[in-house]
Amino acid sequence: MSKIRVLVGTKKGAFILTSDGKRKDWKVSGPHFAGWEMYHLKGSPAEPNRIYASQTSGWFGQVIQRSNDGGKTWETPGSRPEELAGPDGAPKGESNKFVYEGKVGTHKWYDGTQHPWEFKRVWHLEPSLTDPDTVYAGVEDAAIFKTTDGGKTWKELSGLRSAKGHLWQPGAGGMAVHTILLDPKNANRIFIAISAAGAFRTDDGGKTWKPVNRGLKSQYELPDPDVEVGHCVHRIAMHPSRPEVLFMQKHWDVLRTDNAGEQWREVSGNLPTDFGFPIDVHAHEPETIYVVPIKSDSEHFPPDGKLRVYRSKTGGNEWEALTKGLPQKDCYVNVLRDAMAVDSLEPCGVYFGTTGGQVYASANSGDAWNPIVRDLPTVLSVEVQTLR
Amino acid sequence: MNGMIRIVLPYHLRTLARVDSEVQLEVASPATLRSVLDALEARYPVLRGTIRDHGTLKRRPFVRFFACKEDLSLESPETRLPDEVVNGVEPFLIVGAMAGG
Repeated sequence: MSKIRVLVGTKKGAFILTSDGKRKDWKVSGPHFAGWEMYHLKGSPAEPNRIYASQTSGWFGQVIQRSNDGGKTWETPGSRPEELAGPDGAPKGESNKFVYEGKVGTHKWYDGTQHPWEFKRVWHLEPSLTDPDTVYAGVEDAAIFKTTDGGKTWKELSGLRSAKGHLWQPGAGGMAVHTILLDPKNANRIFIAISAAGAFRTDDGGKTWKPVNRGLKSQYELPDPDVEVGHCVHRIAMHPSRPEVLFMQKHWDVLRTDNAGEQWREVSGNLPTDFGFPIDVHAHEPETIYVVPIKSDSEHFPPDGKLRVYRSKTGGNEWEALTKGLPQKDCYVNVLRDAMAVDSLEPCGVYFGTTGGQVYASANSGDAWNPIVRDLPTVLSVEVQTLR
Repeated sequence: MNGMIRIVLPYHLRTLARVDSEVQLEVASPATLRSVLDALEARYPVLRGTIRDHGTLKRRPFVRFFACKEDLSLESPETRLPDEVVNGVEPFLIVGAMAGG
């Protein structure tokens, strides 16, 4: 029987939620790494019990953790189990060495001056689709790193910062690579997104990158709304069967591209507000997408105090509110960009976490929702593994 | 002469390095801020980057160094540690700075 494992990163630790395929009864494990900010956890598609986690702290910086048993035990990559045993056992790993390649360079600062790149933390970990030892890391200040040794060492793919990096600028939440999408049909193609720079694509495995932002309009944020880089892209999503089709939740506007980012068009349609953070695609219906509208960039909570997921079955423009089981009054939480995911059971499960510490799950494509847990710390990320 | 220096780590670094209380390290004389941190990181490589930045080896902004009721955080890395620390009478404290409300 299938099993579902939900990996939840929060501001004060990580939690692992498990259920059988019915998705009714859940076990909660955690907090793992209590007290640390767990920006993101993600399992390897090639070896699902291999999970990578970004553990970070404003005081003590960045650590990468790795599990080989589905999150029961963890290690800093580079430590052999025997090195951790006994009274003198100590981790030998140095899995947190994220050093920019070559000349550090500068990007645009809040006041318009140039500011040197400074590594702060890993926002997103994207394991390879085929090799459990290969992982991409999206970091703040915005850059992408890659490991091919299971997280022991990391090397920057510095070509990304050559894509007009001097024009990138931090948004209110910092300047980070927060989304990494690997093309399942073309191993050399990767899409990433940066706040506030835009979406970028490589077609040569990460050596060179180009902005793919044509069609984005940021009339409230930028002096030139059609500029090539500088857009505050909050999230992009892909269905694996159609990697040339991408969906985007921008600061304002929901958009889609049908040609791998060469041209985008707005599909906000009848959404009550097109500001928001996450966007995701149904596991079995490539034209069914989900967003969580948020009132505005000044008021990061749902309109009218009603938490509503919006679903479009037409790839955008025509949206329906999904409310069953979600609070419809006095709700003022936010849903952050990495905090929504889907499972691949039938019917598709949809999951999201809130800044109020709830993780909601729907076992019927969003028609009805239930909270798995209600009182976690602020949820930063949600990933789902469907284990068969 | 080498000294056995007692180092007290903040809670989160103790859990990361998997140590319970104080760490004791032999540090070559003269023991300085730099040499004691070098010895600590050599013994516990997982702590590299958590106290000082990789590459620059600058103290992270919210980490403080205390010894004998003195704040050594802003001192040069070549500053010698007090005799009481070198002799193991007093510990060298690595502290997560107060931040927030």
